[in-house]
Amino acid sequence: MTRATPAARVGVRKTSKLFIGGAFPRSESGRTFVVNDHEGGFLANAALASRKDARDAVVAARAAFPGWAGRTAYNRGQVVYRIAELLEARRDQFEGELRASEGVSAATARQYVDAAIDRLVWYAGWSDKIAQVVGGANAVAGPFFNHSAPEPTGVVAIVAPRGPLLGLVSVLAPVIATGNTAVVLASEAHPLTAITLAEVMATSDLPGGVVNILTGRAAEVGPWLAAHMDVNGIDLTGVEDPSLARDLEIAAADNLKRVRRPRAEDLLAPPALDRMTDFLEIKTVWHPMGS
Amino acid sequence: MTATLSPATSDASLRRFLHGLPAVDKVGADARAARLGTRSIKTTAKAYAIDLAISMVDLTTLEGHDTPGKVRALANKAMRPDPSDPTCPATAAVCVYGDLVEVAKQTLTGSGVQVAAVATAFPSGRARLDVKLADTRDAVAAGADEIDMVIDRGAFLAGHYMTVFEEIVAVREACERPDGTAAHLKVILETGELQTYDNVRRASWLAMLAGAHFIKTSTGKISPAATLPVTLIMLEAVRDFRDAHGQMIGVKPAGGIRTTKDAIKYLVMVNETCGPDWLDPSWFRFGASTLLNDLLLQRTKLATGRYGGPDYVTLD
Repeated sequence: MTRATPAARVGVRKTSKLFIGGAFPRSESGRTFVVNDHEGGFLANAALASRKDARDAVVAARAAFPGWAGRTAYNRGQVVYRIAELLEARRDQFEGELRASEGVSAATARQYVDAAIDRLVWYAGWSDKIAQVVGGANAVAGPFFNHSAPEPTGVVAIVAPRGPLLGLVSVLAPVIATGNTAVVLASEAHPLTAITLAEVMATSDLPGGVVNILTGRAAEVGPWLAAHMDVNGIDLTGVEDPSLARDLEIAAADNLKRVRRPRAEDLLAPPALDRMTDFLEIKTVWHPMGS
Repeated sequence: MTATLSPATSDASLRRFLHGLPAVDKVGADARAARLGTRSIKTTAKAYAIDLAISMVDLTTLEGHDTPGKVRALANKAMRPDPSDPTCPATAAVCVYGDLVEVAKQTLTGSGVQVAAVATAFPSGRARLDVKLADTRDAVAAGADEIDMVIDRGAFLAGHYMTVFEEIVAVREACERPDGTAAHLKVILETGELQTYDNVRRASWLAMLAGAHFIKTSTGKISPAATLPVTLIMLEAVRDFRDAHGQMIGVKPAGGIRTTKDAIKYLVMVNETCGPDWLDPSWFRFGASTLLNDLLLQRTKLATGRYGGPDYVTLD
């Protein structure tokens, strides 16, 4: 756009907002922050979430939890698979965003989008199989059937790691596939792709409130999520400052949240089960045998 | 509005008076209520507002499946809304159906928490007058401190103002106890069925002229229940009534008030419309059940600095 011609049209720019309870509100605080591209140039403004947005997101996640956890695991897997389908259909947009924000080559962008879609399919498949692997029938010294089965923990707060798409999908998919609902604080460096992913999820049969995405600062919103008494687990993967991670873990101890600490991991490698089992509770049932 | 009102001699004189009241500017009332709802109440003012709101709650359970156990639990909650914090005020009253008054009274006697009973064929009010009066006397005899009656909306909408008026007068007489004291009478206008704001204003004046101690918006069984504009009109009515007659009448919005934010909006409106005289549980009440839990959660948030959740308040 170097010269204005009579036919030139004004660009229609997207307002990047939050994703709470299936809707896209602006931050309650009215604040925004500037997102830069890989060369430090202006890319867009993103909503800067406040503690009240975090509170609203937790309320939405809590409201969505019984319905989502109550669905059959098979159905949850289908919904997560549906996210992958829609992501595939919009892959050009995601590849373009990756290249703009990271400055990576077309081939690398394609590799990462491939990996993100495959990651969703991977966890979609696990949704109705994890119970057989981590649960089971226990041998007990008495005339009883004794079964253990995993159940979702509840509302899980996630601080997403860097890595515009793959990072977010890698931490989010295992949490929702097992029946939890999530409040995600997107990586501070990559809020835009997170909101584009929210648009995909909003149209993929995922009930409103199962995934809520906030964009903003981990140091500002993180402590409110960690101390929130109605959050049952917190994934600190994206917290890069060790002292902040420590503070969040201490704040999370008040209501005995399950905490996943940040650790080095290769996002492109096939994941283990721990991201799912970290936010599952094992319920064991005794039942009399025979008549 | 003159101070020498005795319009209640016939349908015609009542109609002349009620229809002579200034018409309500609907757009203006809605805008005024919306604007008052934008006030920001924070920190110490918020803490004060929350405690005041808790002390104004008529903790209500009006379900077909109410059991004595549930009413006892509710009564205990009314006395000590936050068992972990003795500084938390008690609610104003517990509101139940007439047959459960005795159960509530057993728990609440001596606690300062009042027992309110709904009567007069609540919520529809579709019964003969003698049935309604028997309903009322029964609740008063069982120990009710306050009676929440419903007006006959059918008669009101048909223009039979005298019928409505006489019914309220009769119920008020039925509220008298043998020892000469009387249960307080709250008159439910059921604004959701009155169609217009003008009717809300007329019904408010009608109830006040007939001797109501409180005017109450709704039964909670009809949607819309209490709204800010309707409550604004009722607050204006009690303010004007005091100017004309020197007598204070209470206001009770009921139904649909679920969050602390909503409750604070109402308190702002009370203060701005009627002044601080009405910021007292004797003159303003909230008819609510879930509101109390949200007030407690917000109270805890202010005290501890962290958000709570529904796991930390009682289910009811």
